[in-house]
Order: sequence, then C-alpha cells, then structure tokens
Amino acid sequence: MSAHAETVDLLYGVCAEFNAPGDLIRAAEKAREAGFTEMDCFSPFPIHGLTDAMKFHDVKVPWTIFGAGFLGGLTGLALQYITSVYTYRHNVGGRPAFSWPSFIPVTYECTILCAGLAAVFGMAAFNGLPKPYHPVFSAPNFDRASQDKFFLCLENHDGFDAAKAEALLKSTNAVNVARVDAEEAGNWSQ
Amino acid sequence: MSKIVKEKLDELNDLLPGQHSYSKLDDQIGSLILDHKRHPKAWYVFVAIGGLGTLMLLTSIVWLLFQGIGIWGNNQPVGWGFDIINFVWWIGIGHAGTLISAVLLLVRQQWRNSINRFAEAMTIFAVMCAGLYPLLHTGRPWVAYWLFPYPNILGMWPQFRSPLIWDVFAVTTYITISALFWFIGLIPDFATLRDKTKNAVVARVWAMLSLGWRGSAKHWHRYEQAYLILAGLSTPLVLSVHSIVSLDFAVSIVPGWNVTVFPPYFVAGAVFAGFAMVLTFAIPLRKWYGLNDLITDTHLDWMAKIMLTTGLVVFYGYLSEVFYAWYSGVIWEQALVQNRFFGPYAGLFWALWFCNGLAPQILWWPKARKNVVVLFVVSQLVSIGMWLERFVIIPMSLHRDYLPSSWGMYSPSVWDFGMFFGTIGFFILLMFLFFRFVPVINIFEMKDLLYKKTGDHVGDHHGELATAGKGAE
Repeated sequence: MSAHAETVDLLYGVCAEFNAPGDLIRAAEKAREAGFTEMDCFSPFPIHGLTDAMKFHDVKVPWTIFGAGFLGGLTGLALQYITSVYTYRHNVGGRPAFSWPSFIPVTYECTILCAGLAAVFGMAAFNGLPKPYHPVFSAPNFDRASQDKFFLCLENHDGFDAAKAEALLKSTNAVNVARVDAEEAGNWSQ
Repeated sequence: MSKIVKEKLDELNDLLPGQHSYSKLDDQIGSLILDHKRHPKAWYVFVAIGGLGTLMLLTSIVWLLFQGIGIWGNNQPVGWGFDIINFVWWIGIGHAGTLISAVLLLVRQQWRNSINRFAEAMTIFAVMCAGLYPLLHTGRPWVAYWLFPYPNILGMWPQFRSPLIWDVFAVTTYITISALFWFIGLIPDFATLRDKTKNAVVARVWAMLSLGWRGSAKHWHRYEQAYLILAGLSTPLVLSVHSIVSLDFAVSIVPGWNVTVFPPYFVAGAVFAGFAMVLTFAIPLRKWYGLNDLITDTHLDWMAKIMLTTGLVVFYGYLSEVFYAWYSGVIWEQALVQNRFFGPYAGLFWALWFCNGLAPQILWWPKARKNVVVLFVVSQLVSIGMWLERFVIIPMSLHRDYLPSSWGMYSPSVWDFGMFFGTIGFFILLMFLFFRFVPVINIFEMKDLLYKKTGDHVGDHHGELATAGKGAE
C-alpha cells in the first residue's frame, strides 16, 4: 500500500517496448541490477526465465490448491461417514456402516472438484483479476502486448527516480520508452 | 548443436512448418472470429444441420416429458437401452479432449498445442450431450436434485456404496473441471482478440471474458502454476470418470457385465472413440480454414497411432471377455458369448469386431496414416464401432440373463433415434458455433511453440525471419 496517500502522484511508471523476448529478459535483469525492485513485464505468452530475471517467485496458488483439495476430500469423506454411519444408517449387502473402500470414489471426486475450483479462482484472486482498468493499458502501443510485443514497466514507488528509470530503459534494446500515468492513485503493482 | 537439441528442433519444424510470426499466428487463428468471410459455405450448411438436429432433440425431450419414458424402447428385462448406450458413448468421446489437454501437457508433448482447444470444446459439448440421458432417464428430471446429497424432510441420503451415485459425482466434477480448464486456457486468447478487434462493442465483450488480462509476468507465473496443476488433477480424473462409468456395469451380477477388465478397457475405449472424433473434426477443419501448417500431417499421424494403440487395447478387452467366459467355467457367461456370436443380435456384434478390431489395423501402414480419406473413414468406423460396443454390452447382456422365462428382445423406438440423432445435431451445432466465436487453436501456446522454435529471431510483421545476430550472445 502506498505510504503517501495524501500526495497526488499519478505516475504509474516508466514503460519500455521490446521486439523480442530476449531483449525483455536482459532489460529486466539490468533494471534489477540497477536497483529497481518494483517492476513488471508483459508478454503475449509466458516466457520462461523472465520471473527469474525479475526475482519473482510465488507459491500461493499451489498451496491454495493443496489446501482446498485436502479440505474438499475431507468434506466428501465426512459427508459419507456422517450420513452412512449416523443419519441414514442401513444395511447394504451386510457391509459395515463405514465401508470406506466404497467411499473412495466420491472422496476423490470431491478432492478434485475443490482443488480445480481453487486453481482457477485462486489464480484469479491472487492476480487481482478481474481488473478491467489498469494504468499500463495506456502505455503506447500496449495493445500489442497481447499480440507480438514485449513490455517492461518500472513501477513508481517510494524513492522512485523516473528520470533514472527512463535513462536506464533507453540504454537497452527498447524500441520505445514512455512515462505512463494512472487515472487515479492506487497500488497497481498486483 | 547437440544431437538432442537438433532432434528437438526437427520435431518443432514438423509441428510448425513454414514461416510464421506472432502476428501471423494471430491473424491466421483470430481472423476466424473477427472476419466472418473466412467461413466457407459448409459452415452455414453444418450450422443448419446442427440446428435442425437440435430442434429434433428439443421435440424429443418435450414429448418425453409429456409422455414419460414409455415412448422409448426400454422394457423388461432391457431396462437400459439407448439412454445408457448414448450416455456412455458421448462421455467416452469427451475423454480424448481431456487426454490431449491434460495428459499430453504433463508429459510435455508440444504437439497438443494446436489441437487441445477444440478437443477440450469437444469434451464439454460431449459431456453436455451425455448428461442429458441419465437426467431424462430418471423419468422426472425436474427432481434431478434428488441425486445430490442435501438435507431433506424425509431424512434420506444417497446410497454411497452404489456406483450410480459415484457417477453423479464423477460426471458433475468432470464437466466442471473441463469447463474451468477450457476457460482458463482461453483467458489470454480473449485478451488477444480484445486488442485485435476494431469493433468497440465486441472489444468490451472480449475484455470482460479476458478478465482484464494484461499478460503480466507475475500473472503468467501463477497462471502456469494453476494450469499445470489443473492438468495434473484432470489426468487421474479422466481415468476415474470412465472407470466409474464401467463400474455401473462391473459391480452388478449380470453375465457380460461382471468382469474385472471393464475399467481399463472402458478407459482405452473412451480414448479410442475420442481420438476418432477429434480426427473427424480436425480433418475438415484444417482443410476449410487453411490450417494445414498448424494441424499438420504429423499431428494426424500421431493421433492415428494413438487410435491404433488404444484400439488394440480395446480389442484385447473383447478377447479377454471371451477367454474369461471359457476359463471361468460359468455357464451363464458361456451362454452370453454364444449369444453374442450367434444370437439374434450377432450381426451387430460382428460389425463391432469389424469396426473396432479389423478396420483400425490399416493404420499400421504409414501411408494410411498420412491419407486423410483413409483416416476419416476409419474414424467414422471407430465411432460407429464404439457405439455398437455399448449396444453389445448393454441390451445384449440384459436381454438374456439367468432365467429363460425372463428373456426378451429390445428394439429402439423412433423417439430413441430422434433423441440420439438430436444430440448429434446439438453437438454439431455447438462445435460449429465454437469455430465461429472462439479461437479454435490456442494462440498463446502456438506463440510459445514458435518462440521455442526460433528464439528471438522471429520476424516482426511479415513472417520473415529477422536476420540472425541481433542480441546474439
């Protein structure tokens, strides 16, 4: 969260456009080495090595999926246990009330269902989607970020030196460097 | 260049031949949606056929709801007829979609990239058709929620030891996960369409569907985690769904059903039927829309190989049933095999052996696998064969069981056929609408493939390879 809610600083960051993924990776590395920690890259397809260059690693999604799957399976098993042993106990072919082998399929399906829902909704939630507006959309030529161009944005934060960022990005293989303003103040880093 | 790298590059060249660029891929795939002129006359013809089929389906359903399932050919002793045959047939067809999208992703088979999207669509539509049958077979679909466990004033709960309730959970989970998997794969492609279209209203629709996707590296990071794990979850799911469907039969004591080979042989059969359906759509699709360099002969070749392999597994299942009947020494099982070979429905049984056992063997020849006509014909035979297999298993086992006094015959009514051809029409309609409104090939994964093939030397605009050297290290 921005520590300076009262200052009206609408600069979102400095964005650079690249023609090739390799240029983007090298620029991200260079920016990180120059001390820019708040940055994001934008590309039409996932580029392996980019998150390493940005030093970004996040495991919230896998753990959420694991948790949801575990709870889902437990719920499925509990449902069968409670209904078959307590609320609706009856004799089926002389099997014990808690005949666990025949409860495996439903337990399993519940695990998968909850884990799968958590995968999609967790991914969206941690990525802050859906988010119809984001300042980066007003970066020049940004509609190509989903097609054939590659973007690096050094984001505004406390102690951010926009002039230094611009100079750094111009020293890379970028085809275009521009400052991008947001329409309203906010934390746009997610 | 090491030998492994070279082999990898050769393989990529087979899968994505010709000169491509990112924007050319966008145009080739995206313009199917953005430019309606790219759709041939055949598209309109098939939408019309599909629309008529859908009307037939609706008519059949309305009459069924009005009259009850007595309008079907189901009787005593054959309580399961077309409804269950078609349920199993459709759900099997769906399985290739999940196999292509999930299993081949996990084993890093990049050739899936150009066929996974429409195979997944096929899965969803096939499961929709499949789901209709048990729902309507309950007789009172408006109380279908009774299938689910929920607290009610009778204090009744489902019988969780029955494969039929497992089926409810398996099929519900399967369609939910398939739809999620499809949607998550579409998000980045919707973003591409949003940015490509010139129509502001349409752009808004794509923007909403893409959830405001902006291609952030952080988002891609979590996206890939979610996608890969979802694939990992779907892989055992697809195996479980058809295993559970097969247990509907295998757990019972009906001769011909009570066989332990059922789960693996049903799963193989599902993949077999599914690949036949993928080929059925892939062959005309790539011809009509000029996608030969995206869905290549190599793809068809490999799909044919999978079809051949699963076909052999299925045929092994048939043979093992015969062996089992003989080796078990159970007279009922032996009578069943005799009834299959020489009984009143023997013609259908031999047609099954021809379609699923004999016809796919032509795919041993590489030339046959490269010939689209042969492939198309074999695919149709396999689809018919897999339908016959379910006929052989279901009514043919039920119509003569232990007591000759309770033997009977089964013949489907016109409404059975109406609903069956109706669902085929509905499926065709959905598939062709999908060709029109959704990217039929996963655009971002094709770009990823292109990047793996050419690295940074992808041309910017005209599909020409940029001169090497730029940014070389």
